[in-house]
Amino acid sequence: MAYTEEELKKELETKEYEYGFYTDIESDTFPPGLNEEVVIAISKKKEEPEWMTLWRLEAYKYWKEMKEPDWANVHYEKPDLQAISYYSAPNSKPKYDSLDEVDPELLDTFKKLGISVDEQKKLAGVAVDIVMDSVSVATTFKKTLAEKGIIFCSISEAIKEHPELVKKYLGLVVPQRDNYYAALNSAVFSDGSFCYIPKGVRCPMELSTYFRINQAGTGQFERTLVVAEPGSYVSYLEGCTAPSRDENQLHAAVVELVAMDDAEIKYSTVQNWYPGNKEGKGGVFNFVTKRGLCEKNAKISWTQVETGSAVTWKYPSCILKGDNSIGEFYSIAVTNNFQQADTGTKMVHLGKNTRSTIISKGISAGKSQNSYRGLVQVNSRADNARNFSQCDSLLMGNECGAHTFPYIEAKNKTAMIEHEATTSKIGEDQIFYCNQRGINTEKAIALIVNGFSKEVLNKLPMEFAVEAQKLLEISLEGSVG
Amino acid sequence: MAFENDVDVEHSIHDVRMAAMKNFETKGFPSKKEEGWKYTSLNSLQKVDFSIFPKEENALEYKDVKKYFLHEIDTYKIVFIDGIYSSYLSETTHDGVDICLMSSALTKPMYKQVIDVYFNKIASKDDSLTSLNTAFSREGAYIYIPKNKMPKKPIEIVHFATGNEASLMLQPRNLIVVEENAELQVIERHQSLTANEVLTNSVTEIFAAKSAIVDYYKIQNDNATANLIDNTYIDQKDRSLVKIHSFCFGGKLTRNNLNFYQNGEHIDSTMKGVTILGDKQHVDHHTLVHHKQPNCESHQDYKGIYGENSTGVFNGKIIVDKIAQKTDAFQQNNNILISDRATINSKPQLEIFADDVKCSHGCTIGQLDEDALFYLQTRGIPEKEARALLMYAFANNVLASVRIPELKTRINKLIAKKLGVNLGFDI
Repeated sequence: MAYTEEELKKELETKEYEYGFYTDIESDTFPPGLNEEVVIAISKKKEEPEWMTLWRLEAYKYWKEMKEPDWANVHYEKPDLQAISYYSAPNSKPKYDSLDEVDPELLDTFKKLGISVDEQKKLAGVAVDIVMDSVSVATTFKKTLAEKGIIFCSISEAIKEHPELVKKYLGLVVPQRDNYYAALNSAVFSDGSFCYIPKGVRCPMELSTYFRINQAGTGQFERTLVVAEPGSYVSYLEGCTAPSRDENQLHAAVVELVAMDDAEIKYSTVQNWYPGNKEGKGGVFNFVTKRGLCEKNAKISWTQVETGSAVTWKYPSCILKGDNSIGEFYSIAVTNNFQQADTGTKMVHLGKNTRSTIISKGISAGKSQNSYRGLVQVNSRADNARNFSQCDSLLMGNECGAHTFPYIEAKNKTAMIEHEATTSKIGEDQIFYCNQRGINTEKAIALIVNGFSKEVLNKLPMEFAVEAQKLLEISLEGSVG
Repeated sequence: MAFENDVDVEHSIHDVRMAAMKNFETKGFPSKKEEGWKYTSLNSLQKVDFSIFPKEENALEYKDVKKYFLHEIDTYKIVFIDGIYSSYLSETTHDGVDICLMSSALTKPMYKQVIDVYFNKIASKDDSLTSLNTAFSREGAYIYIPKNKMPKKPIEIVHFATGNEASLMLQPRNLIVVEENAELQVIERHQSLTANEVLTNSVTEIFAAKSAIVDYYKIQNDNATANLIDNTYIDQKDRSLVKIHSFCFGGKLTRNNLNFYQNGEHIDSTMKGVTILGDKQHVDHHTLVHHKQPNCESHQDYKGIYGENSTGVFNGKIIVDKIAQKTDAFQQNNNILISDRATINSKPQLEIFADDVKCSHGCTIGQLDEDALFYLQTRGIPEKEARALLMYAFANNVLASVRIPELKTRINKLIAKKLGVNLGFDI
C-alpha cells in the first residue's frame, strides 16, 4: 500500500516527541547534518504552515533516494552534505566596524567597479551609522509597487502572507524531484524572493534583490519564485557585480519563473561569487536550477554574466508550452585560473509557432575549463518551431579548455533549427592594431573581449551593463600571456 | 565454450581474444543510459537469438549477386558469404601488395610481423562491442600496401548473408595497413539476401603511414531486417590523407562509429555522409576526431533526409589536445525532415584545449525551400520531381569528392531510387 500523507503526518508527530527537538530549535545554528528532524526544524523555525513542512519533507524523501549527478564536465571534490549546517539565524551584527578593516583587495575591486562608498559599506558588511540610503529607497519602492498590486517580498514572508499563491506555484516548474540539488533545495531552502505581478500590470522598475530590505541571511539555498499574470511584464535582476565573499562553499539555488498568457519576464543575473585563489583553492560551488514556463504568447528571457564561482553548473531553461511563446538565453561565462563552468540552456518547444534564441559566449583563460551544454528539443506537436543557437568560445592561453555539448532533438518536420559554434583566440593583429594606437595590451584585450560579448551585454539592463563590462575586465586581469 | 574448440588456443592472438571476451562479459551490450548510446537502443536486437557461426557453408552464383558489385569496372574482391570466405566470388592478390584474408594473415608466419605491430592496436579495448568482435571474429579482409605502392584497381569488400540461418550474427574484422606514400581505394558493402534477421558487428582498423592516401567508401543499402554496427578506427601519421564516405540508405538499425586519431602533423581527415531514410529505419553516425598533433585538419560533412518513422542521430566529437595548435577542424550536419513522425537527434561536440585553433561546427534542421520548389513547378517540373531534385541537390556536394566515377553514378542511382523518382536526366 502506498504511503499516504496522513501516515507521514502521524509518523512525524510521534517523531517530534521521540527526539524532543523543541529544545533544539532554540539554538541559533543547527549542528551539521541533514535528516528529517532538521527539515522539520527549519520549517518550524521559519514558522511555516503545515503544508509547507510536508512539502519540504516530501522533497527530502526524494532527495534521499537520489544520487549526486556526475555527468557534467567539471571535476571537484564532492561537498560533504552531512557536514553542513542547514540553518543559522540571520546575522544582524555587522562584520566590521569601519571600512579600514575590510580586505583592501576587495575595496580595490569596488573602486574599479565604481561603487559608491555607502554601497561599498553595505556590500562588505560594514556597520552604517547614518540613515542608509538604500533602505529609504527601498521603502519608497515598496509603496509604488504596492499601489500597482505587485507583491515583492521574501519567500518566507510570502509563505505566511500569500500561502494560496505560493502553494499554487511553488514546485510547478521545478518539482521537488527534478534533480539532486533541486530536491535538496526544496527540503532545506532558507529564504529567497517571491514576486507576483498581477494581470496586465507592467512593473515600473527593475526589481532587484538588492533593494529588498530583509536580504541578510538568504544563505546558500535560495529559492526564487516569479509569477507574471496574463499580460504583465517584469524585469528582475539577481546578484550583484560586486564580489561576494561567502563562507558557504555550496550554493544550490532554485529559480522558478511562471509567465502566463501574453506575459513577459526578463531575468538577468550577474554572478560573481568567490572563484577561489590563483592556485584553485577554495571558491564557491554554484549548482543552480533555473527554469521558466511560458504560456500562450508569453516570453521569458534569461541573461547571465557568470564570472565567479570555482565550479558553476547551471542551465536556465524555458519550457515553451503555450503557442507563439518565446524563449531567449543570452550568456557570458568567463573562467580564469582554475575555474570550471558547465553552463547553457534548455529550450523545450511544446507549443506551435514557438521561437527560441540562444547566444552563448564562453571566455576561458588561465587553467580554466569552460563548457556550453544546451538542449533544443522540438516535440512532434510543436509545428513551425524555430531556433537559432550560437555558441562562441574564446580561448586565452593554451592551458585552458573550451567545450561545446549541444543536444538537438527534432521530431517535427516543420522545425527550423540552426546551430553554430566557433572557437577562436584573440588575434595578434588585433592586439597589434590597438598597441599601434597607444592602447596597452591589457586594455586591448578588454576591448576585444567586450566586443566579443557585446551581443549579450546589450541585453542587460543599463545599470548592470556598465558594471558588467568592467567586471569582465577585472575577471580577466593578469591573463595576458 | 564451443568457440574455443574452433580456434587455435596456442596462437598469440588467443590472449588478446580472452582479454576482449572478459571486457565484453563485464560490460555487456551498451544501454541507453550510456551517453554514447543515448539515442540508439539495442534492446530489440538483444531479444533475438542470433547464431554466431553458421552451420553450413553456402554458395552463391555470381549472376545472382552481380548487381551488388561495382561490376562496371574491374576490382579486386574479397567476398564473404555468411561470414565465410568465398574464393569463388573473390579476386585477391599477392602481387606487390597483399589483398587477402584475415584468417590466413593471423595464422601464416609471413604476416606475423605486421599482425604483431598492428592487430588490435588502435581498436578500442574498452568498447564492449569492439571487444565482442575481437573475441569472436575469425574472418575479414587483410590489406597491406607497402611503401610507394598502389593497387592497380579498387578493392571491394562484400559481405553476403544468405538467410539460411533464421538469424545470424556476423563479426567481420578488417585490418588495412597503408605504408608510406602508398595509396588505396576500398568499397565496403554488407548485403543480406533474404528477410531473415542479420546483425553485423564489424571492426576495421586502418593505419595510414606518412603521406599515405586512403579512400574508403561504405555503402549501407541493406534490406529492412539487417542491422549493422560498424566500428572503424583510423590511425594517421604525418601528411596522410584519409577520406571516409558513408552512404546510408538501407538497413533497420545502422550505427557507424568512426574514430580518427591524428598521430602526426599536417594530416587531413575527411568524413562525409549521405543518409536518406524512410520506414522505421534508424541510423546513428558517431564520429570522433582526436587532434593530437599541430597543423592538422579535419572536415566533416553529413547530410540527412529523414522520412516516415525514421530516426537519425549525428554525434560528432572533435577533441583538440593542448599541443595541437593551428588545428583546423570543421564539422557540419544538415538535416531535412520530410515526415512528422521522423526524428533527428544531433549532438555536435567540441572539446578544445589549445588556443590557436580554428574550430567550428554548424548544424541545421529545416525544410526544402518553398520558393525554389515553386520556381521549379513554374518551369513545368511536377512537385514530386521538384522535391526530389532539391533533395538531390542538397545531398550532392557530398558526392563531389567521390573519386571513382562509376561509383558516383551508382550512388546517384541509389539516391534517385531511394527518393522514388526518375530525375529525367542521366546522373
